[in-house]
Amino acid sequence: MTSYIGTATSRIDGRDKVTGTARYAAEFGAPDLAYASLVTSPIARGRLKRLDVTAALKVQGVITVLSHQNRPSMADNDKAYKDQVAPRNGSPFRPLYDDGIKFSGQPVAVVLAEDLETASYAASLVHVAYDEEPHVTDITRQRYNGMALKAPAKPRGDATKAFSESDARHEADYFVPIEHHNPMELYASTAIWNDGRITVYDKTQGVQNVHGYLCGVFECDPGDIRVMSPYVGGAFGSGLRPPFQVALAVLAARAISRSVRLVLTRQQMYAIGYRPAMIQRIQLGAKADGSLNAISHDAVTSTSEYEDFHRNETTWSSLLYRSETAKYDHKLVRLDLPTGCDMRAPSAATGVYALEAAMDELAEALKMDPIELRLKCYSDRDQSNGLPFSSKNLRECYRQGAETFGWSRRNPAPRSMREGHEFIGWGMATGVWEALQMPIAVRIALTSNGHAEVSCATADIGTGTYTIMAQVAADMLGLPLEAISIKLGDSTLPQAPVEGGSWMAASVSNGIVTTSQAIRDDLLKLAQRLPGSPLKGRSGDEVVLANGAIALKTDGRDATAIADVMRSAGIDRIEREERTTFAKDDAHAHNTHSAIFAEVRVDEDIGVIRVTRVVSAVAAGRILNLKTARSQIMGGVVWGMGMALHEETLIDHRFGRMMNANIAEYHVPVNADVHDVDVIFVDEQDEFVNPMGIKGLGEIGIVGVPAAIANAVYHATGVRVRDLPITLDKLTRKA
Amino acid sequence: MNSFQYSRAQDVADAVRQSAADGSAKFIAGGTNLVDLMKYEVERPARLIDISHLPLRAIEEPPGGGLRVGALVPNSDLAWHPQVKERYPLLSSAILAGASTQLRNMASTGGNLLQRTRCLYFYDVATPCNKRKPGSGCAAVGGINRINAILGTSDVCIATHPSDMCVALAALDATVHVVGPEGERAIAMTDFHRLPGDTPERDTNLGANEIVTAIALPARSFRTHYTYLKIRDRLSYAFALVAVAAALEIEGGIIREARLALGGVAHKPWRDPEAEAVLVGQSAERNTFAKAASVVLRDAKGFGHNDFKIDLARRTIIRALDQAAQGTPQSQSDKRIA
Ligand SMILES: Cc1cc2nc3c(=O)[nH]c(=O)nc-3n(C[C@H](O)[C@H](O)[C@H](O)COP(=O)(O)OP(=O)(O)OC[C@H]3O[C@@H](n4cnc5c(N)ncnc54)[C@H](O)[C@@H]3O)c2cc1C
Ligand code: SF4
Repeated sequence: MTSYIGTATSRIDGRDKVTGTARYAAEFGAPDLAYASLVTSPIARGRLKRLDVTAALKVQGVITVLSHQNRPSMADNDKAYKDQVAPRNGSPFRPLYDDGIKFSGQPVAVVLAEDLETASYAASLVHVAYDEEPHVTDITRQRYNGMALKAPAKPRGDATKAFSESDARHEADYFVPIEHHNPMELYASTAIWNDGRITVYDKTQGVQNVHGYLCGVFECDPGDIRVMSPYVGGAFGSGLRPPFQVALAVLAARAISRSVRLVLTRQQMYAIGYRPAMIQRIQLGAKADGSLNAISHDAVTSTSEYEDFHRNETTWSSLLYRSETAKYDHKLVRLDLPTGCDMRAPSAATGVYALEAAMDELAEALKMDPIELRLKCYSDRDQSNGLPFSSKNLRECYRQGAETFGWSRRNPAPRSMREGHEFIGWGMATGVWEALQMPIAVRIALTSNGHAEVSCATADIGTGTYTIMAQVAADMLGLPLEAISIKLGDSTLPQAPVEGGSWMAASVSNGIVTTSQAIRDDLLKLAQRLPGSPLKGRSGDEVVLANGAIALKTDGRDATAIADVMRSAGIDRIEREERTTFAKDDAHAHNTHSAIFAEVRVDEDIGVIRVTRVVSAVAAGRILNLKTARSQIMGGVVWGMGMALHEETLIDHRFGRMMNANIAEYHVPVNADVHDVDVIFVDEQDEFVNPMGIKGLGEIGIVGVPAAIANAVYHATGVRVRDLPITLDKLTRKA
Repeated sequence: MNSFQYSRAQDVADAVRQSAADGSAKFIAGGTNLVDLMKYEVERPARLIDISHLPLRAIEEPPGGGLRVGALVPNSDLAWHPQVKERYPLLSSAILAGASTQLRNMASTGGNLLQRTRCLYFYDVATPCNKRKPGSGCAAVGGINRINAILGTSDVCIATHPSDMCVALAALDATVHVVGPEGERAIAMTDFHRLPGDTPERDTNLGANEIVTAIALPARSFRTHYTYLKIRDRLSYAFALVAVAAALEIEGGIIREARLALGGVAHKPWRDPEAEAVLVGQSAERNTFAKAASVVLRDAKGFGHNDFKIDLARRTIIRALDQAAQGTPQSQSDKRIA
């Protein structure tokens, strides 16, 4: 029988997406739909002094204008606003709660009207006066004013002393600016009012997280609110926490007892969340043979004035390489900006950038090949806790990646390779991420006509979750892919965590296995009741569902058609919902790894940088779908290019305002910037991480890419730019 | 966005009449710039006069040679028109260096001339900007000015004109034909856009109720030695940091005629007759090009973030002149700088 797991299967939702039948949050409606438009704060900190809505209310078609002065009641305790992903410390932002202004772009009023144009016109007529207070939005100004955070691991030995005694030393600051996710789909919520009950179509990575949040904020029964998110046009972490527009849409619906749609503008989306800027200082010391004897990694990141959001960038330095001594320091500074949030490979995209660029600089100091240095410090154990990895085939990533790329032909000297007007540079870096899984529940309903419906409240944020769920279910239930239908993105479905952290593929796949096994056991019991059943005395583990039948696992003998089993039992539907938890494996560290090789070409006079080739070799356990997996890694590589060369949210600190909050001026790579991207999946079997050996691919694709490109730019030009993005002015300024 | 009246112009005269009748009316052609600005509340016209149906879509060869391009010819049609590709490849190349295919399909020739600056503050009504709100101050000075001007700036505005097409038109000595309440007139392309001076709110010398009807290209077309070299932060779909249109006539290695126009550096496409004069009569080689570059940039002034543009402009001018002299123009589609 065909197995779907591991094949290059096209997306089962692909057709719906390209033909436009897949509906997104802003595309749902109701006959009584009202349209909302936001008025936002131009100041970064202070108080709202006066709100004049007279002119707005006079516009024909305006229903009302909501503000903190006239909104319906909302919870008044922080706990109610804490969603599953909220930072532990702090008071989450409460939209339209009071007159306090905490960041530029903060919503201060919601205009409701009979159509969108009227709402946005009236919003422009709302006059607001503010009492402004001094603000700070520049992380560099606050660099030395941070609060200390817990280090990811205890220091080892005396890193300061070891560093000073090292044969080769490298020490430098690395800077990463604020970056925004910029998913294609705008943030949108459509709250459908139904006699006091509300169904919200929302763009989110976790319907149940939003559901719990809304029930808390509006102090209502779980049955009063339902959150749906069948399709998500990209989110990348920005949809993990409930954004303010979902609270405001529901607030508005409750205020006017009507359905309400609120779609943020691209500019307004910049206030939802971002990857915080960070300053990292790295010290690496090594013996002449390349073995590390000191790693020191200090990171300064920023958060808002009201919540402590942080992911620890230094974690990755603490686990990746063998070093006799190590120390870490992480400080958090407060800025008058909205709280940052997770963005693809939070802390790793940034932390590994600094570490891997520094490793390249150390290799240069040692006159050592960058791969050789990494192999010299290679560790089969997580250096932060000494645990062996459940699997780690990074060595093979280096080998296969280097071979495919042609690394052996590299002339190590900077500026040594050129063609025409361009210097050619080759750089590489390591990538690392965690392999996680979360408890999850999956329901499967198998009908005697050979169809199965698999449901779970997870999300498909464009990664291919629908498809891998169908693949796993098809294999486990012995049905063709077409016989499986998937339901997700609905808060009433069985429990799922938010889709993030690269944990969903492992969680939901194992979840499907568990429930499928329950179905199999039910079928076995029924089959055994058949007169003369050859399966009598067999246990669940000894049988499989294959080709629409239940049969012996060893050789497929004694197959009995599932349809026959169900028919003779007089049932046409078996439904099971099972919860899957994962045994804690304290004996291992669980990570995915990658090796990235990049070729850049840099114009000798003008400094234009082109990334002409990337090879990414990934070791991430079992790959469920070669096609969606490759797309996932390719997307990560392209994003890594953006991080290296293009992406930067520009803040004018005088106004505390983001000035390029649109996708014309916030640059991400376009087609013309992308050339060959080669993805290799290195074989990696993992018997510890989870029963299916899946490690997840959401984040690993981007990690290491910025460093590989930065290292290639140095190799091409001899100029080391450590503050991202590496734009041509930084190159030529230094040249 | 504000509420506005919408009307269609029946013909050119009607467009002018409607405009004269409503002081805050604006013409709308492709809408690719105006509608964005309205969404940002930078432009708040009380009336939109839709001119997109007017019969200004022809590309014709007038009796005296050259080419006459209707103001409503879409940027794409202009770039791919056989006559333009064949005779004015510089223009074709410059257009294709701009925006994206989708935008070029919508954008009109007239609208391209009148597109407004991309200065970040101009777009954000929460910040001061003399161009948007005269007298409010210029936030770009002392602010984020990486994309702003280095030539012809004033104390009140350092914005650039963002068009690529206009840079080529300036190099080609095109003429803009306009119709207003007083009748028809022609404005040299080099006089069409203004320097900011004390009135940055005025981008061009087009009268309040005048409509652009056509662009005329002279017969001389520089089809052998030309290039449009646009340097930007990514290889497509970004405005120029520095762009150079270079066009030369070369005989026996000696430059007989030279045109050099810069984009992304000033409030208008930047032509400098003195720099062109430096080139004429000289051999087409790097030294000559470098001299011309120094002349163009003799008064260049940076404002911090955009200081790099001065040196970048120098290097880009040299490369562009070299490309033009070699007859190896910059391709706009092969993902690289030649
Ligand atoms: C994201 C983005 C990227 C872009 N990138 C580039 C780029 O790289 N290079 C580049 O050159 N351009 C670029 N553009 C700009 C684009 O070229 C212009 O928006 C377009 O040319 C404007 O033409 P339109 O017909 O759409 O003008 P409209 O938006 O309709 O009008 C623009 C202005 O011109 C006036 N107008 C229009 N026609 C006439 C007329 N006949 N007579 C008098 N006034 C008139 C209008 O009143 C309005 O003030 C970009 C635009 C966007 C949105
Ligand atoms: S440079 Fe001109 S457009 Fe920009 S802020 Fe100053 S006045 Fe406004």
